[in-house]
Amino acid sequence: MLMTRTARAAGLLGGIAIAAAALFASLMFGHIPVSVADLYSSVVAYNPGDLEQLVIRSERVPRTLIALAVGAGLAVAGVLMQALTRNPLASPGILGINAGALFLVVVGANLFSLTAPTQLIWLAFAGSGLAAMLVYFLGHEPGRGISPIRTVLAGVALTALFVSFSQGLLILNQERFESMLFWIAGSVSGRSLEAVAPLLPLIAGGLVFSLLLGRQLNLLGLDDEVTQGLGLNVAQIRLLTGLMVILLAGTSVAIAGMIGFVGLIVPHIARGLLGTDHRWLIPGAAVIGGALLMGSDTLARLLIPPREVPIGVVTALMGTPLFLHLARRVGQKS
Amino acid sequence: MSKTLVLRGSADRWSVRIQPAVLWIGLGLASLLCLSALVSLSLGTYPTTVPQIIQALSGSEDLSGIRLILLEIRLPRILMAILAGGALGLAGLLLQGLVQNPLASPDVVGITSGASAAAVFTLWITGSAGGTPLLVPAAITGALLVTVLLVMLSWRGGVSPTRLVLIGVGLAAGLSAVTTLILVVSPDATAMSAYIWLTGSLYAARWSDVFGLAPVVIGGLAVAIAVARHLDLHALGSDLALSLGSNVNRQRLVHLLLAVVLAGGAVAYAGALGFIGLLAPHMARRIIRTGHVGLTVISALLGGLILVWADLAGRVLFIPRDLPAGLFVAGVGAPFFVFLLYRLRRQS
Repeated sequence: MLMTRTARAAGLLGGIAIAAAALFASLMFGHIPVSVADLYSSVVAYNPGDLEQLVIRSERVPRTLIALAVGAGLAVAGVLMQALTRNPLASPGILGINAGALFLVVVGANLFSLTAPTQLIWLAFAGSGLAAMLVYFLGHEPGRGISPIRTVLAGVALTALFVSFSQGLLILNQERFESMLFWIAGSVSGRSLEAVAPLLPLIAGGLVFSLLLGRQLNLLGLDDEVTQGLGLNVAQIRLLTGLMVILLAGTSVAIAGMIGFVGLIVPHIARGLLGTDHRWLIPGAAVIGGALLMGSDTLARLLIPPREVPIGVVTALMGTPLFLHLARRVGQKS
Repeated sequence: MSKTLVLRGSADRWSVRIQPAVLWIGLGLASLLCLSALVSLSLGTYPTTVPQIIQALSGSEDLSGIRLILLEIRLPRILMAILAGGALGLAGLLLQGLVQNPLASPDVVGITSGASAAAVFTLWITGSAGGTPLLVPAAITGALLVTVLLVMLSWRGGVSPTRLVLIGVGLAAGLSAVTTLILVVSPDATAMSAYIWLTGSLYAARWSDVFGLAPVVIGGLAVAIAVARHLDLHALGSDLALSLGSNVNRQRLVHLLLAVVLAGGAVAYAGALGFIGLLAPHMARRIIRTGHVGLTVISALLGGLILVWADLAGRVLFIPRDLPAGLFVAGVGAPFFVFLLYRLRRQS
C-alpha cells in the first residue's frame, strides 16, 4: 500500500497511464486492426471513405468511451456502497441495484416502446432506487444495524427476481438472443455515441460529486456516535451517498446493461493500492474501473474472433475468485 | 402423542414412522396433484373437455388427433413436471436439513448452475441442439463437482452454514458466466434453444425423458424415506445426533449425494429451474411441523404441484407463446425468498 502523499499521487498517475494504455488498446485492437497512423489521421483528417478510419470513428470510439464511463461509474458506485454498508461484498451488481435498474429499463423498452436513453434513464433510476430501498430494508436488523450476509442474500434474491422478470419480458417479445445478452450479460457495443451522449455528463457529475463527499465518507467508517460527536449529519451523508449510487449505477445500466463484478473488484484493488482514504480511493477507483472495463472489452473482442464474448462474462470470470475469497473471510468472522 | 404407524425391516436396518394425519395430508395432496394434471391435460392451444379426454384415451377413432396431442405432447410434459418438481423439492429439503439453514436450496448454493454449465458444455461439444444421452450423466457430474468445490471452499475446520451459502452464491455467479460464455461460442441456433432450456422449460418432454428421470426420482424418494429418521436426528443438532448413535458424517454424505443426484437429474431433463427447492420444503414445514418421512413425501408432492401449475401458466397465459415454466416459478419463488429473509430478520 502506498502511504505518503507523493507515493499515492504517483500511484494515481500510474493508474492513469494504465488507463491511457487500455484506451489505446481498445481503439486499436479488434476484428479489424488499425495502425497508429490511421488513428492519428482519423482525428486530424477524417476520411469516411477509409475503412479503418470509419471503424475507429463509428465503432471503436463510442464503445471505448462507454466502457470508460461505465467502468468508472460502477467502480465508484461500488466504493460508495462498501463505505455505506461497511460490507466488503457490497457492490451494485451483487446487491441487486443493477438488476432493479435493468428490470424497469426492459419494462420501458418492451411494454412502452421507449428507446431514447434520455427516457429510459428515469426508469433506470427508479429501478435502482427501488432495489436499493428493498435491500436496505431487508438487510437491516432492528437495533443491530446492517447485517452483511443478510444484505448479500437479499441482493441475490432481488437479482433473481428482477432478472427472471426481465428474461420473461424479453422472451415474451421474441427478442433475439443478442438483445437478451445485451441487457443481461451487459455490453458496451451497439450503442451510438449520439444516443448515449446525454447520459455521459450524468456519470461525470456523479463522479465529481462523489469525490466531494470523500471527507465525509471517511467518517462514515467510524461509529455513528463518534461521527455525530464530530458534528456530521450522518443521515444526510448516507442519503447523498445512496443517491450517488443510484445515479451512477442506474446510468451505467441504462447505457450498457448489467455488467457485474466491476463494482466489487475495483474498490478492493484501489484500496490495496491507495489505502482507505476516500479522497484518494474515489479517483483511484474511477481510473482503475475505466481501465478495467476498457481492457475487458478489448479482451472480449479478441478471445473468439469474429464473435465477441459479452463483457459481463469477462468481468464475472475475473471477479468470481475475488468474491469467493472475500466470502470465506466474511463467513469466518460471523 | 398421536398414534403412529411404524414399519421396520429385519434387524432394524430401516424403519419408517408415519403419523396417520400425514398419511391423509399426503393422499389429499396426491389427489390434488392428479386433479391439477387433469386440468393441465385439458388446457392448451387446443382446449379439450374432460369427456373428450376420456373418450380419446379409451381409444375412440374419430378423436385420434386429440389422442395424439394428449399422449405425445401434454401427458409426458405433465409427468415430467411432476417428476422434476418432486426431485427439486426433495433435494431442497435434504440440503436444508444438511446445512441447517432455511435459505439453502440447489440453486442458491450453485448446484443447479454447476449442472447447467456441464449440460450446456456437453451440448456444445456434441454439437446437438436437442439432447444427447450424455446430458444426464454430464449434468449430475457437474452438480457433483460443484458440490465438492463448494464443500472444499467453505471448509475451515467444519462447514459454517452462512459461509456455505455465500460461497454457493459466488460459485453460482461464476458458473453462470461460464454458461453464457459457452452459449456465445456455440452456434446461434443451439444458443437460443439452450438459453430457453436454461430458464427452465418442459417444451420438448418426451416419453423417453420421463422414463429416464422416473427411476432417479422414485429411487431417490425411496432412499430419502429410508434415511428420514437420520434427518429427524440431525434436526436436533450434530452433537445430539452423534450421541444418539447416528453416524453423522456418513449420513451427511448420503444426504448430500442424494440431493446432488436428484437436482442434477432434474436439471438435465427440465433445465435450470430455480426456487422450487426453496419453496416446496418450506410449504411442507408449514403443513406438518416435524417428522421427515412425512416431510420428504410432502415436499416431493408440493414440488411437483408447483411445477405443474407453473408449466400450465407458461402454456396457457400467453397463448400462442409458450413461456418457460422457470419464469413463473421464479416469479413466485423470488418474492417468497424475500419474505423469508424478512421473517428471519424479525426472529433474530
